[in-house]
Amino acid sequence: MNENASPAGKLDTIPRLLARNAREFGDKPASREKEFGIWQSWTWGEVAEEVNALALGLLAIGVKEGDHIAVIGRNRPALYWSMVAAQTAGAVPVPLYQDAVADEMAYVLDHCSARFVIAENQEQVDKVLEVHDQLQGLEQIIYLEPRGLRKYDHTTLHAYKDIQAEGRAAQERLEPVLAKRLAKQDYDTTCVMLYTSGTTGKPKGVVLSNRNIVESAKSSSEFDSLSSSDSVLAYLPMAWVGDFIFSIGQCFWTGFCVSCPESPETMQNDLREIGPTYFFAPPRFFEGVLTAVMIRMEDGSALKRRMFHYFLAHAKKVGPDLLDGKPVGLGDRLRYQLGRALVYGPLKNRLGMTRVRTGYTAGEAIGPEIFEFYRSLGINLKQLYGQTEASVYVTIQPDGEVRNDTVGIPAPGVEIRIDDDGEVHYRSPGVFVEYYKNPESTKSTKDKDGWVATGDAGYIEEGTGHLKIIDRAKDVGKMADGSLFAPKYVENKLKFYPNVLEAVLFGVNSERCVAFINIDLAAVGNWAERNNVGYGSYQELAGHPRVLDAIQEHIEEVNVSLADDPMLNGCQIHRFLILHKELDPDDGEMTRTRKVRRRIVDDKYADLIKALNEGATEISTVTEVTYEDGRKGSISADLVIRDAKVFPRKAKAA
Amino acid sequence: MSFDEGYTTADGRTIGKPVMKVDNITLRFGGVTAISDISFDIREGEIRAIIGPNGAGKTSMLNVINGFYHAQEGQITFKGETRSRMRPYMAAKSGISRTFQNVALFTGMSTLDNIMAGRQLKMHKNFLWQMLRYGPAMEEEIEHRRAVEEIIDFLEIEHIRRTPVGQLPYGLQKRVELGRALAAEPSLLLLDEPMAGMNVEEKEDMSRFILDVNDQFGTTITLIEHDMGVVMDIADRVVVLDYGRKIADGVPSEVQKNQAVIDAYLGVPH
Repeated sequence: MNENASPAGKLDTIPRLLARNAREFGDKPASREKEFGIWQSWTWGEVAEEVNALALGLLAIGVKEGDHIAVIGRNRPALYWSMVAAQTAGAVPVPLYQDAVADEMAYVLDHCSARFVIAENQEQVDKVLEVHDQLQGLEQIIYLEPRGLRKYDHTTLHAYKDIQAEGRAAQERLEPVLAKRLAKQDYDTTCVMLYTSGTTGKPKGVVLSNRNIVESAKSSSEFDSLSSSDSVLAYLPMAWVGDFIFSIGQCFWTGFCVSCPESPETMQNDLREIGPTYFFAPPRFFEGVLTAVMIRMEDGSALKRRMFHYFLAHAKKVGPDLLDGKPVGLGDRLRYQLGRALVYGPLKNRLGMTRVRTGYTAGEAIGPEIFEFYRSLGINLKQLYGQTEASVYVTIQPDGEVRNDTVGIPAPGVEIRIDDDGEVHYRSPGVFVEYYKNPESTKSTKDKDGWVATGDAGYIEEGTGHLKIIDRAKDVGKMADGSLFAPKYVENKLKFYPNVLEAVLFGVNSERCVAFINIDLAAVGNWAERNNVGYGSYQELAGHPRVLDAIQEHIEEVNVSLADDPMLNGCQIHRFLILHKELDPDDGEMTRTRKVRRRIVDDKYADLIKALNEGATEISTVTEVTYEDGRKGSISADLVIRDAKVFPRKAKAA
Repeated sequence: MSFDEGYTTADGRTIGKPVMKVDNITLRFGGVTAISDISFDIREGEIRAIIGPNGAGKTSMLNVINGFYHAQEGQITFKGETRSRMRPYMAAKSGISRTFQNVALFTGMSTLDNIMAGRQLKMHKNFLWQMLRYGPAMEEEIEHRRAVEEIIDFLEIEHIRRTPVGQLPYGLQKRVELGRALAAEPSLLLLDEPMAGMNVEEKEDMSRFILDVNDQFGTTITLIEHDMGVVMDIADRVVVLDYGRKIADGVPSEVQKNQAVIDAYLGVPH
């Protein structure tokens, strides 16, 4: 079908890759989704047909070349096909974060003047309809799940299946138009537009060309020798560049199969059933899983517990070396094999990681213990450092050079330099075209030679060539006495404790560092249950004196380790409080990818920061919260502020 | 407003003729009169709410409809058949399912098995075939499993398919119970306080499920609820009971303005 449109063998657009896959892997599975408790699958041949029908249908309802088509929903094969169908029809897909509230969606839909929206279900359609009046450009909405939408006014609303049927019916008339549009596309055609999560200010639309996506997919697939026999589970937000590269870029380049979970809640179980060979997750995921394993183990029998801890300790000793192919004694090897049979194997199976050949974590720093835990089990977990603007890849860790304190060497085709202020810059084939409708930002981020400023401060390690990231360049500051203030570094140290979900450090231009803490409800809740600490809500648990004691202990341990660091010993935390609510993207306090928006936290909790700095021991506060449906409410709380012990500089560890 | 020949709801649904008529029901326990002389009807396709303060006789009324209690006086007509005494299994056979105020599930069984239990009346192969799980019994099992999976998908409880319901939080148990009631493919669904003890978001979810059941399967629903906001949002017509008597009956906006209802809820000086 699409072959006619493709000049001989050129694989420079996603639709052309699809045509190649349909030709070469026609009978192999391309997409899978669990529905009604059973894994349904579609071959490359079927996917090509589905995409083609939808693309024709899009033409039939008037999609023009260069139109923006927003795609909103969780990871589902039909939504991935929608993005490719949009490209096939000459339009640009714009995936949106599905958990965004209506107002956030309005901003993006308006900014990209989307004429069409493809939404997963009633929930998403409702959000779009709610803001429809504010959007001049929006014309038609297509939905996937008809449930609950039967009675809606269908003048501008269409079912996905109906559009496909319309496309199939008009095939003869529209196929030549489609072929013409496809033939026009090349490396420089826009492939996708992704909105950055925006830790500072409004989201920006990053325009990525086919060159960006295809080149990045190609070199990263080669780097990790991905092939059509690999298998992944797509569960990360579709609006995130990583998911686009894995579930579309690499998937279409290599022809591997992407599976979609039945629902977000079943992800862990689906992971186990699929057993992916290639896996990507943010540190938060790995932390969560580890916490869950440890909690479950505490409930196990004494024998199992002892066995678990014994072999885990052994794995910690020799596991990473075995993975890196370093020499390990025969006795240790044998014991590791025994451990594999008794503990590591069953555990990996539980986690769905038995077949993982390569796993990546990125987005945030990962705790050394967490990282080591997975590596010691024999899971090849590596780190990479990337950005939307780079089509993900900036640096990457090669097999055998995996460390938890660096983010690896420049990815294939990427050049890196550090400017005078310590900010990391890069240049690569993946570098974005521009920020949509925002030439100033494009200019200040990307210079005329194609070098992009990351906004992160870091340095290249002597000898190994590995990049180390210190912090967001903007967040690094000086304290009143002139010592360095690098909040992220300290926050990460705190977050490595299972009890701490999130921490926010304040200290620019002040004499002392103070901190907000969010406790991890799973970990602390389990501890509370074990210790007969009763609580009715997150807020109550967060305010419990014994929880405060535990957090204080963690903070003091961090202070001890900071005291030994000549550069950062000014960042010891003098005072802290535990927040009465979790920082939440719905309240704008975090991005949808769960990064803290410092400026908003600064404003919103100004009263608490003031109290921390002024030495109060208690503070009452009222905080506005936003419910999932966008309604507002407020919670009030009395918070206790505690002092933590700080340690003299260069002191010996206590 | 007259309801004799069916009516059209605020959101444009057409409501048909009465599927159930309750005539002059009186229920006594010894000397205590729980319900006295209550009449109302439930129409095809509508969401009918029964509200009232504590002890007004709401659950008793539901139990009478469902055949669990037998009224001393009066009669109930369901689908044209009039009965003065009906057994719960007869009610179930004729297409009435219900949920309970205090969740009544098989706590040791999984969500899947609980909902499967709701298909009991639809299973016809004999015990022996079922024991063998072979031949026609297997086919039947597959067919029922498909129906159950559709309910699981509908109620968005895929993640607890295999979890013993005893381990589930209350809100989810309520959803499983709704699933079990739906499994019987009822023509009349009775819900006894489906949102009791839920937080705002859980209530919203449950309201959406109730509306979707009504919309998708065309099921007639009768529910008892305390939360006035919910009732006003989802019910087409409301019966208000107080001390076992009917004090109002009509569309929510009318009932809300009724002085007797306001007095019953807020109290009047004696």
